[in-house]
Amino acid sequence: MSGEGEWVAVCGIDRIDPEGGVAALVHGEAVAVIRTYDDVVYALSNYDPFSHASVLARGIVGTRTLDGDEVPFVASPMHKQAFDLRTGQCLDDEAVSVPTYEVRVSEGQVLIGGRREAT
Amino acid sequence: MTHRQRIVVLGHGMVGHRFVQAACERGLTETYDIVVVGEEPRTAYDRVGLTSFFEKGADALALLVDDTYPDPRVRLMTGVEATDVDLAERTVALSDGESIGYDQLVLATGSAPFVPPVPGRDLEGCFVYRTIEDLERIREASREASTGVVIGGGLLGLEAANALVQLGLDTHVVEMAPRLMPAQLDDGGGTALLRHIEGLGLHVHTDARTEEVVGAEGRVRGLRLAEGEIEADVVVFSAGIRPRDQLARAAGLAVGERGGVVVDHQCRTEDEHVWAIGECAAPGGICYGLVAPGYTMAEVTVDAMLGGEGRFDEADMSTKLKLLDVDVASFGDAFATTPGALELVFADAVGGLYKKLVVADHPSGQGLRLLGGILVGDASAYGSLRPMVASDLALPENPEELILPAGRAVADVGLPDEAQVCSCNDVTKGAILAATDAGCEDAACVTRCTRAGSTCGTCKPLVKKIVEDHFAEQGKQVDRSLCEHFPLTRQELWDVVAVHGYTSFDEVVEAHGSGRGCDLCKPAVASILATQVGQHVLGRGRRTLQDTNDAYLANLQRNGSYSVVPRVPGGEITPEKLIAIGEVARDFGLYTKITGGQRIDMFGARMEQLPAIWRRLVDAGMESGQAYGKALRTVKSCVGQSWCRYGVQDSTSLAIELELRYRGLRSPHKVKAGVSGCARECAEARSKDFGVIATEKGWNLYVAGNGGYNPVHAQLLAQDLDKQTLISYIDRFLMYYCRTADRLQRTAPWVASLDGGLERVREVVVDDSLGLGSELEAAMARHVGDYVDEWQATLEDPEKLARFVSFVNAPDVPDANITFTQERDQTTPADSEGPVVIAAEISVGAPQ
Ligand SMILES: Cc1cc2nc3c(=O)[nH]c(=O)nc-3n(C[C@H](O)[C@H](O)[C@H](O)COP(=O)(O)OP(=O)(O)OC[C@H]3O[C@@H](n4cnc5c(N)ncnc54)[C@H](O)[C@@H]3O)c2cc1C
Repeated sequence: MSGEGEWVAVCGIDRIDPEGGVAALVHGEAVAVIRTYDDVVYALSNYDPFSHASVLARGIVGTRTLDGDEVPFVASPMHKQAFDLRTGQCLDDEAVSVPTYEVRVSEGQVLIGGRREAT
Repeated sequence: MTHRQRIVVLGHGMVGHRFVQAACERGLTETYDIVVVGEEPRTAYDRVGLTSFFEKGADALALLVDDTYPDPRVRLMTGVEATDVDLAERTVALSDGESIGYDQLVLATGSAPFVPPVPGRDLEGCFVYRTIEDLERIREASREASTGVVIGGGLLGLEAANALVQLGLDTHVVEMAPRLMPAQLDDGGGTALLRHIEGLGLHVHTDARTEEVVGAEGRVRGLRLAEGEIEADVVVFSAGIRPRDQLARAAGLAVGERGGVVVDHQCRTEDEHVWAIGECAAPGGICYGLVAPGYTMAEVTVDAMLGGEGRFDEADMSTKLKLLDVDVASFGDAFATTPGALELVFADAVGGLYKKLVVADHPSGQGLRLLGGILVGDASAYGSLRPMVASDLALPENPEELILPAGRAVADVGLPDEAQVCSCNDVTKGAILAATDAGCEDAACVTRCTRAGSTCGTCKPLVKKIVEDHFAEQGKQVDRSLCEHFPLTRQELWDVVAVHGYTSFDEVVEAHGSGRGCDLCKPAVASILATQVGQHVLGRGRRTLQDTNDAYLANLQRNGSYSVVPRVPGGEITPEKLIAIGEVARDFGLYTKITGGQRIDMFGARMEQLPAIWRRLVDAGMESGQAYGKALRTVKSCVGQSWCRYGVQDSTSLAIELELRYRGLRSPHKVKAGVSGCARECAEARSKDFGVIATEKGWNLYVAGNGGYNPVHAQLLAQDLDKQTLISYIDRFLMYYCRTADRLQRTAPWVASLDGGLERVREVVVDDSLGLGSELEAAMARHVGDYVDEWQATLEDPEKLARFVSFVNAPDVPDANITFTQERDQTTPADSEGPVVIAAEISVGAPQ
């Protein structure tokens, strides 16, 4: 449920390193905004449900091959659990996932929308 | 039949112990109780390793855990001598007055050193070299002594001479024969060995007959030889051994011409209830002065008592040892006595190398077969050559390659399954393959299951090769690749980067990997690039590779805050710096704690506070301590000679110099170090990756220790070094580690994983046998030259600093998920219940 009005511009895409992340404050929530090698930007909750700390934006970004599919992920810097950047699903524990957010890049600006419904 | 029978074992040495062990393992204790009578004050210990008593103490030599057997049916007496055996009554009289009956009696009384009947041999200061107590007495006497003589230049004599050298004595060796180790070596081998031994400062007298031990006031003063006198305060007799067969003689059992209880091929004496094993026995009329034949006798006897058919026929007298740091091996028909035997010799008199193969035409008419050989100076080929003797295999086409210096790799010669690989424990290649097929995944497991390689260790490389080849044949890969993105080990990755000169992860992954990497390979590549190429870890293209702590140059703590550790080289710090640290901690509300590495850790910094904290620390003259990196941490030191009344060297200055030299060096895992100013070892240097301990003459270098989960003591690599040599050895050691270790492998497991272990390290670092020394030193020199303080460089670079914000769009708002409470007047992290909504209505800054 993300209306057009809820989009928040957080930074220019240049502020995010390829395969790096930044934390942003969106509607009072800490959001990890992550850019992959092919310049796709993803947003998920910055809160690592395993360590109970707000840190996911500081993790290492990479890919993991699952069923022949190259899944982009960020690994928590705390204890290394990996989260699928597209869905927030934890790749090491199927019972765990983190919320994701709508993202748009427009004229070099990264805009974060509302929380996506859990799929 | 309810009556349980009894086996009495006389002697609890290495072989008696092996007998009891095998008896328990093979179920003999189901029908028998076992009583062991040992004359020494302690339970069995590793006599083969006796000399290491000086370095490691008696506990390290013990063969039993807690001095007992886990089987309650074994009773063990120590400090009690058997004085008489009554064959008719089947009883044994003991020195404590007790008499015990037996159903089976096993003599395992070993042998005693032979002391030739020269005048003066009973003087105070004369010793033999057989038991821990002998060594304790020699050590005691050496405190007051300056010169020692060993009578006998055989295997044990040289071992004793080595001990006297270790005890700091000027040492002479007196040998009657024209060369050293006459029983194992020919003249060429003896000459090469002599060159090494004299090079170590020992005085060797061959062709020399001792006429008298000269004394004054009941104490040894010297030795008179036919050719003149040697002054000496300590004399050690090592002129051969004699089997301890007195009990058997007195009981009327047959003994051999040269002593030893005569036994048949099952180790049974003339009396069917009496057996003899080990050095006191003479199967086929021959006594064996080595442990492996004794072990076989112990196994054969257990087998016979169980009704088995095992035989002891003749033993392999092959020997390989390291004497005073010189490799010596002699095996098979070393003296070429077989008719038709030919010799193939490689000798390098300057380098002290002598290698001889004894060969003969193969019975098949095709090629040659190996009969035996002698190796001095480099015995690395022994492990693969010795099994070839027993196996009758045809030699490869150019057999000289087996002994030429370049052919140092473990020869791959396709041994047959019956070939004995481990002679100490009689393990064949077939048994090793069976263990792998039964589920062993690696060589270490095979060693645990079969004992192959567990005694002298010589065959370990061969065991490993057999296991790996076997897996390779089955298409089973022992997968050591880094992760799904790289089919390479860390060492291979290191080489790839070095050969191609890559400077970025992208180049490496595009050329040699797949996908976009992960939290395993990215930090590994980052570390390799940092060591080889240098450049700032937060530089463009580098920062996203860094692991958690390196990524923000601080240590992430449980609630998402960081801790900060400035470098305090050698643990020495001025009051001004202490005050500066105190003020920073107070002003930023940080929790402070003294670390084990002699510095001060400040906890509870928010990521966005790190630059301001470091601004203050850098201004006060401090720099990054790299507590966050897989890098050199600290060089811990004691206060040393400058203050301490026991110190013999200036440990603090050296520690500071070493810490400043290696600071910032990225390595496969963290590296910790220590320097102690005397043997009291207050800096705990032996629990470090490298540790330096002062001696009167210089510095001893220990390597590959650690504390932590699996503590390991560092081992002595080299002794009495001057500072320059010390530093060049540490340079080489660290760079060799950076090059060849696996990711997150500390130095101790790394050394253990090398073929040859510590010896391998010594070859590379001390002997420079690969010729890598100057290259490794040059790489370290580059590191030292390129060093910059990472935090100062970060403060000077706005691009790097831009990352240190709580929120990219609200840099002034602290992340409310990070909270603290107070404990004992300091800050501690508060537990989080879940993500919080940050209430502050913030003006979402226009993104830059
Ligand atoms: C310094 C040194 C280095 C060596 N290096 C090597 C090497 O590199 N390789 C190798 O193969 N071998 C080596 N050996 C030889 C090896 O130690 C022996 O072959 C092995 O110990 C023999 O075992 P054993 O049980 O027969 O005798 P021992 O180990 O001598 O045990 C015999 C035990 O019986 C006890 N005993 C004797 N009489 C009585 C009695 N009447 N009542 C009760 N107890 C009695 C003795 O006190 C002793 O404890 C070395 C030996 C020494 C001393």
